Amino acid sequence: MARPSSAMRDVSLFAGLAVVIALVFAWLGTAYGVRMLVEASCYAIIALGLTIQWGYAGLFNVGVMGFIALAAFATVLISFPVNTAFWNGNGPALLFWAALYLVVGVAITYALSRTHRLGLPKSLRTLLTLISAAVTYLAVQGALDPAATVIESEAGFVGGFGLPVWLGWLVGGIAAGGLGWIMGKITLGLRADYMAIATLGISEIVKAFLKNADWLTRGTLTVSPLPWPVPTPDELGFVMARSAYLCVTAAMIVIIYVLLQRAWASPWGRMMRAIRDNELSAAAMGKDINRRRLEMFVIGNVIIGIGGAALITFTSIFDPSAFAPLNHTFLIWVMVILGGAGNNLGTIFGAFLVYVIWIMSEPVALFVFQQMEIWGARLFDWQAPADLHTRALQMRVFVIGLTITLVLRYAPQGLIPEKVMKHD
Amino acid sequence: MPEAGFLSALPINEFVFFINKVLIGGLIIGSVYALGAIGVTLILGILRFAHFPHGDMMTAGAFFALVCVGLAPHVGDVFGLPSAFVLMPVAMAATAAMAVWLDKAFYAPLRRANVKPVVMVMSSVGVMLMLQGLIRLFAGTGTRQLESGLKDIYRIPLAGRDIVVTQPQLLLFIFTAASVVALHFFLTRSRMGKAMRAVADNADLARISGISIEHVVRTTWIIAGALAAAGGTLLALDVTFKADLSFNIILPVFAAAIVGGVGQPYGAIVGGMLVGFTETLAVFNWSVLLRPLRPLLPDFIEIPAKIAFVPTEYKIVVPFFILIAVLIWRPTGIFKGRSN
Amino acid sequence: MPLLEMTDIHAGYGGANILNGVSIAIEADEIGVIVGPNGAGKSTSLKALFGLLNVSEGTILFDGGAITNEAPEALVRKGLSFVPQEYNVFPTLSVEENLEMGAYVRRDSFRHLIDMVYGFFPPLKEKRRQPAGELSGGQRQMVAIGRALMTEPKLLLLDEPTAGLSPRYMGEIFERILAVNASGVGILMVEQNARQALAFAHRGFVLANGQNRFTGTGAELLADPEVAKSFLGGGD
Repeated sequence: MARPSSAMRDVSLFAGLAVVIALVFAWLGTAYGVRMLVEASCYAIIALGLTIQWGYAGLFNVGVMGFIALAAFATVLISFPVNTAFWNGNGPALLFWAALYLVVGVAITYALSRTHRLGLPKSLRTLLTLISAAVTYLAVQGALDPAATVIESEAGFVGGFGLPVWLGWLVGGIAAGGLGWIMGKITLGLRADYMAIATLGISEIVKAFLKNADWLTRGTLTVSPLPWPVPTPDELGFVMARSAYLCVTAAMIVIIYVLLQRAWASPWGRMMRAIRDNELSAAAMGKDINRRRLEMFVIGNVIIGIGGAALITFTSIFDPSAFAPLNHTFLIWVMVILGGAGNNLGTIFGAFLVYVIWIMSEPVALFVFQQMEIWGARLFDWQAPADLHTRALQMRVFVIGLTITLVLRYAPQGLIPEKVMKHD
Repeated sequence: MPEAGFLSALPINEFVFFINKVLIGGLIIGSVYALGAIGVTLILGILRFAHFPHGDMMTAGAFFALVCVGLAPHVGDVFGLPSAFVLMPVAMAATAAMAVWLDKAFYAPLRRANVKPVVMVMSSVGVMLMLQGLIRLFAGTGTRQLESGLKDIYRIPLAGRDIVVTQPQLLLFIFTAASVVALHFFLTRSRMGKAMRAVADNADLARISGISIEHVVRTTWIIAGALAAAGGTLLALDVTFKADLSFNIILPVFAAAIVGGVGQPYGAIVGGMLVGFTETLAVFNWSVLLRPLRPLLPDFIEIPAKIAFVPTEYKIVVPFFILIAVLIWRPTGIFKGRSN
Repeated sequence: MPLLEMTDIHAGYGGANILNGVSIAIEADEIGVIVGPNGAGKSTSLKALFGLLNVSEGTILFDGGAITNEAPEALVRKGLSFVPQEYNVFPTLSVEENLEMGAYVRRDSFRHLIDMVYGFFPPLKEKRRQPAGELSGGQRQMVAIGRALMTEPKLLLLDEPTAGLSPRYMGEIFERILAVNASGVGILMVEQNARQALAFAHRGFVLANGQNRFTGTGAELLADPEVAKSFLGGGD
């Protein structure tokens, strides 16, 4: 049986990874090394969520960053210290009114959309629903604008609720799951590329909203420093504090991994496999495929949210514009693809490997371009453009794209193919 | 020339403002979207996948134009046209060649291996990243002017205020209109054009009839690449060239293609205009139009300084909502393209 | 020397073989009819012939040359034409454009061929600018056959040309197939309406389980009580 040799291969792969990480520590120092490990572990959590969506439900979630941004925002809202200036001013009252309009408006619109059951002709119903939706939108916008101006002038932004950080992460996960639920309800029946476009679109909107709603997030002014679940570097020093954080995230990885493995082994998991491996016969057996895929989409998003929240909390800054680069999205995708879709252990491996390579590629790229600059000047009298260093970093984006396309072309199963259980 | 007394009583000022901002603005962005959407819809119809790198292909075309202008900056002076426009055919050819090569290198092998559609999308996303990285590598992240010197501006006076159209904008309109006509003749009169429609209809039957799918695929990429380059170049001529051009353009282009009906080139043009005008109307400041009514309203009613459906920063929401609305209510689009 | 000679063909879609040793031979200008129960491999035989699936064993000779596993594009140029059972027109193209696509591989003028097709199928002439997808089932079938005739094939392969048609249209289509054959085009067709098809077949092939069971002229097969009992059952 192939079993022993595949276990050997897994062990040697992880051993190799450990060696590479040790080299990084040696070259760049312990504090930097621990930081890299923490970030990689957060990405591993995110990748685990994504591998559920891709490996089991076959869904291509291009809008990962949007869900992360939302979860991070929820964390900030929950865990950031309370802004007394906000609560003492007129902001809360105005916001309350805006929220009221929203709830009432949505309720009325929803009710109108159901009036066809009372016998109203369809076109009239659509017209009324649209009008009600438009009025709701204008009313809420009309109430939000003055609220926003007031909040920004009085208090800067709404601040947070000052609750524990882990609660913030949990709420972040739930928020991401909730957004995923709405999105999935709308788009899950569509073909794969339409769903990809829709996820991209929605994440762009979430990011645009977070970037511009200064009253909520301080927009481009950013929110920092974000509270940590463990003592901060100010209190314990870089290495100790980061190591403590690493313990938290590592524990999370272990817990999530164990839960996932047990879920897959359970009857629920077997049903999911059946759907994934042979959709037609599973449908014939009466399993409601789209509902299952929605479940996986939502669960995946919850995990993505938690991982994303942990990541942003670690960086200690909530900066909406930092979510813009698409290349982070694809970093995570490379982790999932490389590790093998639907293979949890492989995904964790892929996450660490890819992240280490990504981090290392920055000094390497800069070094290469620096050499090019020097030799170019010597040999050809070449004047490098002033922003050569930022351009050097763009090379990394190119490399990620190249990696994805090459892996897809030559090794679609990834490096650690999922062990197919043989039932005889 | 004496202003007609009647005309001066009407709110011409605001009307012209409306024309400038909405009519002309909508036409500009609509044309750019249309040029991109034609390519996307052809690729969706014939090759059956969503071409995520299309925005970057438009940027690449603009970049090629930039390079050409750098090499021959005064070509345009002979004709009284921007050099970028005169050299645009070169950029279009280069982008078309690049598109054909990308297909051969990355998409064709996956097609041959009969992969699931999702994998094609992922590969196209990978190509998108590669293009983005490469463009930023060579062009940097700053902005550049595609044309040195000032643009020609045409003014059409209308009772005291001018309708303003710049030369690059006029060129854009003319080019788009010409493309539409040329495309029409190509698809309805030429052998290859009909073959493309046949493959989009029923690729298996096309093969059985002896049509060379390879030729059709290649022609599709050539058209998509050339039009994308034109759209990108003309947009960059109107505003500026920046590597981020692609970011905000891919979503509206997808929306335009899907609204118009997948695989329907005329639909893509209509879709492009629809998305363009909806965007412009949504961010337009309607309070300007209400100003002439000021004297008619009682004193206590205040007209807010800005009335717009969507704040400008949230412009991206408009094409997205159009897209979702179409996908939910009429997935085949206006011109009833394919839905799967 | 037969126009078409398929000998001991084994073929399938990649997994198990569907055809396990099928042999079919037709002379020029003849009408050959393949009948049999569902799953017997009738359509599969045509597709194997036309290069649409992989032939693992056996040889196919057409017009003196070997054509086993050659691609459809090449076969069209050699004088073979195939009309699939379903999705056999270009729905958004007009009737005339469908015919033009049939002539795609031709480099010469083919106006006379379009007129010839209208001669075989008069109803198409008045509908020539209409999208083919809007026509009735029977008229669509005419377009499908017409498209295949544009290359002036020596042998026309038809996969259940009367499937889903009303009895009236069925009779019409059979009539026109006969007319096409009379003009010098060989026909090899798969048919569910076995009795009717065998009535005018020069040669008949009864297949079952991917193999030949009975072979003979149409009249012979119709007269054979064994064939009638097992394969020509009710429903025609």
